[in-house]
Amino acid sequence: MRKRLQERLSRVSIPASTLGEIAQELASAVKPSDFRYTVPATVDEAVSLLSREGGAGKVLAGGQSLVPLMNLRLAAPTLLVDLNRNPDLQFVRDRDDVLSIGSMTRHHEVATNALVAKRLGLLAHAASLIGYPAIRNRGTLGGSLAHADPAAEMPLVALTLDAELVAVGPGGRRTIPAAEFFGGFFTTALEPAEVLTEIHFQIGGTTEPWAFKEHARKTGDFAVAAVAATATLGGGRVQRLRVGIAGTSDRPIRAGELEQMLTGRPLSEAREALSDGTVRKTIAAQGAGDARYDRWEVAGVLTERALAVVLAHSGGGA
Amino acid sequence: MTDTHMIEAEVNGKRRKLAAPSRKLLSDFIREDLGLTGTHVGCEHGVCGACTILLDGRPVRSCLMFAPQADGARIETIESLAQDGDDLHPVQRAFWEHHGLQCGFCTPGMVLTAKAFLEEVPHPTEAQIRAAISGNVCRCTGYVFIVEAIQAAGKTMADGARTRE
Repeated sequence: MRKRLQERLSRVSIPASTLGEIAQELASAVKPSDFRYTVPATVDEAVSLLSREGGAGKVLAGGQSLVPLMNLRLAAPTLLVDLNRNPDLQFVRDRDDVLSIGSMTRHHEVATNALVAKRLGLLAHAASLIGYPAIRNRGTLGGSLAHADPAAEMPLVALTLDAELVAVGPGGRRTIPAAEFFGGFFTTALEPAEVLTEIHFQIGGTTEPWAFKEHARKTGDFAVAAVAATATLGGGRVQRLRVGIAGTSDRPIRAGELEQMLTGRPLSEAREALSDGTVRKTIAAQGAGDARYDRWEVAGVLTERALAVVLAHSGGGA
Repeated sequence: MTDTHMIEAEVNGKRRKLAAPSRKLLSDFIREDLGLTGTHVGCEHGVCGACTILLDGRPVRSCLMFAPQADGARIETIESLAQDGDDLHPVQRAFWEHHGLQCGFCTPGMVLTAKAFLEEVPHPTEAQIRAAISGNVCRCTGYVFIVEAIQAAGKTMADGARTRE
């Protein structure tokens, strides 16, 4: 067999250089293409490095999404700007009712930090559901937001909690509301040379009841659908309701229709909408005519489960 | 022109200094340049967990890092656990005694993940063990014996008695 192949190959003339190229290509399966690696000392230096690269450069945050894309050659940046050696981008701060988290703060830290757990249980819990332990040890909050996977946990939580994202670019520093940040599949409002530096979450005085429900085919996989919800209950009414959904669309979305329908309503009515299936159907109906209708169905069930948690609180008093 | 960087790291307790191109994955650097082939390379996109190493004490995917990123880091590979060959770490011994491996391909990643986990959670429940190894794929065992091995290793480690022949 081998001899016959050798004979046949000997009749085909392939230049040695081509054979070399083929061998190299085979050896480089699941390997990234070449790039320049830089470690900027400051965010400003990162911005200027990215500016000079004219859109072909990329920030290397935790690398848990970018590196697989590069290994599969779905991404081939010519320059990587590694922010892993900038400890000033890794922090959790609580000031004036705003919890600020540095963009390079790792998921493991977000999931286990005592301050986050106390003030933003929703964010801490959602971070604990990202990938696997080894992924959470590297992956970062800012990286996940900038990558903007439509089924990912962090973009969903940022949108649901009305987070503000701070970016530094050639034009200076600006703050982008989460509602304006996500532009579609892996697309954000960030300019090519802009670097996400911190994320602000309003935490107010009281702790709202929250719930985060997701369905994935196996632990650590991206969710088929995920739902985040918070509610402010008082005087027997739903004073404020926030519901976010991921997995159904090209970006995380807010369930605006449902939020409007239940806000201001007596708690008893809201609970009835839950028990008679109105909540689930309102979400699932959005999947009509959508190839992802099944994901909307799942999102409907998850919304029902999330609201069952947040509306179970008494709602009495302040 | 290839962009090359000098990498100086503590690898299994020894200082190593070597140059590598920026595009070289840390997993390949460990195998090809450091000569430590105990770190296995499976999917090369962060799904299987075979290439798991300990970076500054915590499990990470070495296929999702570039070699220059390890400059200044402390790396532990599977070779660090039984340096003289016979003095097995409690996790290794438990995998042996409880049949926690068959083909052995996932084992280095499993063992290092379990070691770091047991140091953090000394008395885990089965659910905690399963969550801890959820990022490590094994196609032989069905995980049951791996979970039992980690449970047993946890007990040994908690007792502080490092078994020796």
